[in-house]
Amino acid sequence: MAKDALTPENARRYWRETSRLMWLVLALWFLLGLGLHAFSNSLNQVVILGFPLGFYLAAQGALIGFVVVIFWYTRRQNRIDEDFNLSED
Amino acid sequence: MLKGDFNENMGRVFIIYTGGCLSAAAVLVLMSALGVSDHVVGIGFVLLTVLFYALMGLLARTRHAGEYYEAGRRVPALYTGMATAADWMSAASFIGMAGAIYAAGYDGLAFVLGWTGGYILVAVLLAPYLRKFGQYTVPDFLSARYGGKPARLMGIVVLATASFAYVVGQIYGTGIICARFLGIPFELAVFVGLIGILLCSMLGGMRALIWTQVAQYVVVIAAYLLPMILLSTRETGIPVPQIMYGEAMQHVAELQTQLGLTPDNLGINDRVNFFGLILCLMLGTASLPHVLSRFFNTPSVREARTSVAWSLLFICLLYVTAPAYAAFAKLEVYNHVIVPSLSAGPDWLAAWSKVGLMSLKDGVFSIDPDAVVLAAPEIAGLPFVVAGLVAAGALAASMSSADGLLLSIANALSHDVYFRLIKPQAETRHRLILGRVIMVLVALLAAWVASQRPAGILTVVGWAFSLAASGLFSALVLGIWWKRATNAGAVLGMAAGWAVCLFYIVATQKLGMAPWFGVKNIAAGLFGLPVSLGVTLLVSLFTKAPSQEMQDFIDSIRVPRGQVKMVPKTE
Repeated sequence: MAKDALTPENARRYWRETSRLMWLVLALWFLLGLGLHAFSNSLNQVVILGFPLGFYLAAQGALIGFVVVIFWYTRRQNRIDEDFNLSED
Repeated sequence: MLKGDFNENMGRVFIIYTGGCLSAAAVLVLMSALGVSDHVVGIGFVLLTVLFYALMGLLARTRHAGEYYEAGRRVPALYTGMATAADWMSAASFIGMAGAIYAAGYDGLAFVLGWTGGYILVAVLLAPYLRKFGQYTVPDFLSARYGGKPARLMGIVVLATASFAYVVGQIYGTGIICARFLGIPFELAVFVGLIGILLCSMLGGMRALIWTQVAQYVVVIAAYLLPMILLSTRETGIPVPQIMYGEAMQHVAELQTQLGLTPDNLGINDRVNFFGLILCLMLGTASLPHVLSRFFNTPSVREARTSVAWSLLFICLLYVTAPAYAAFAKLEVYNHVIVPSLSAGPDWLAAWSKVGLMSLKDGVFSIDPDAVVLAAPEIAGLPFVVAGLVAAGALAASMSSADGLLLSIANALSHDVYFRLIKPQAETRHRLILGRVIMVLVALLAAWVASQRPAGILTVVGWAFSLAASGLFSALVLGIWWKRATNAGAVLGMAAGWAVCLFYIVATQKLGMAPWFGVKNIAAGLFGLPVSLGVTLLVSLFTKAPSQEMQDFIDSIRVPRGQVKMVPKTE
């Protein structure tokens, strides 16, 4: 990439990609943090290893999900930085 | 002593800290084995913890504030994550959370979800951009983005009130521990705990924190896991409490059916308060200045994102154990208190009754949620030293959080308000003395509030999150993601959101106002948030759009590369 990475056009496209990733991650965050647990009472019908599933998802499942999402996000965002040649010098 | 680069010293600090903790614990185990009474061993644990912190503070004393920030710029993301997690794990996570799940069942999981999911918002919406901005504190950012003094002042007001509520929770926690293990009345114990906290922050201050937090994380998590590993092994044969507590929950359910008691609530009950609380805690996490300021000082923008990710991982290790703690504690209460229908009280029952957190009247056993974690080892009949270790871990968690928060309030008031806004020509020495005086006054006020037992630890700390979310979330996020947000919009939005939230808490708690729509005041942010967002949006649209310089400034913090284009100073 020989072109100047900091051109307004490049920065605008970079921000569009970054925003798209932001909305995607926020959707996952909403699902894991809130949406999923609205169904806890029905999910509790399933019991695994003594855990009612709805309870387990709020106590442990969602947390594992958060950690996976956040590490996945950092990798994706780093790749965007590099693609636009906008990562730090 | 500890001079030079953080990374060079890492190994040494680690050895001093963990070695010191282990040998202190070994001495107390030995004392206990030699027949020294539990009472003395309990006092030993409390005093040694305080002494240890004071000593670490002294060792790190030579460093000054600038170096503290500089040190941060060289610390790898993994360690920043661990240090943030240690800072994060306060009395609320350590003492309060498992107790809430013990008492409320599923509804208590709002704390587990709320205090972890917020880190995703920090990583995606704020941390990388605040790091690119790079100037130390949240009020600094607000001042640069929203044109100076009023925004800075409003930021400080929110920071100070939220941190104050947070400190009250921590001091309340140390008060419980001191009352129980020193055998003194709670009202007095609060001030004894306070002396410990002040001693440590006066001696070491911020400088000491970075040195000890990484090692502290290991000690705190070990203190939390040890009793659970012992109980999981004893009750199920497998030492992995995070997986085996399903079995404990089933046992409890069977016992409840046999005894004809109502089973625990394992499904969602009160939807409004459950989801409302999760939302307030998550957005509050992304607004609390003492969390965010860490990510201003990572080595790079990239490392800022990675640091948040590591923080979340390390926090989750404790948080997935909290429900296990609650489940095993409940099983032990059934096995040792309810099923044998205990009548004559053992020593621990008398000791906890004196603190006012436990009672056994006419065969009915009741335990305050804030006592569950600390009392569980004794109820389960584990050796007393295990209870001592848990208390020491809880004390370390509360004290370090209280230290950091008191320092940030004192800094905000003496540096940001007095120096920046009132008397710019003040001498450094003068400012430092003022900072200390403010810290002692704030600490005394917080201790007095805590001694009145305003509410349980979680509720008080929850208010801090609601206040921070109502005051700062909209201004911070819109400041980066919406160029159209104007100075007037942000300042009025912060003020309105914060005021509505504070009003709701005070009115429902003190003035006997009936809750609106049945929302508990711990989730007061449910009203503050939409108000601050709405006011910021509306006022911004009706005022003149930010200048071209301001738009360039925002563009420059959105990309990792290049210079930050500051708008010429307005204050």
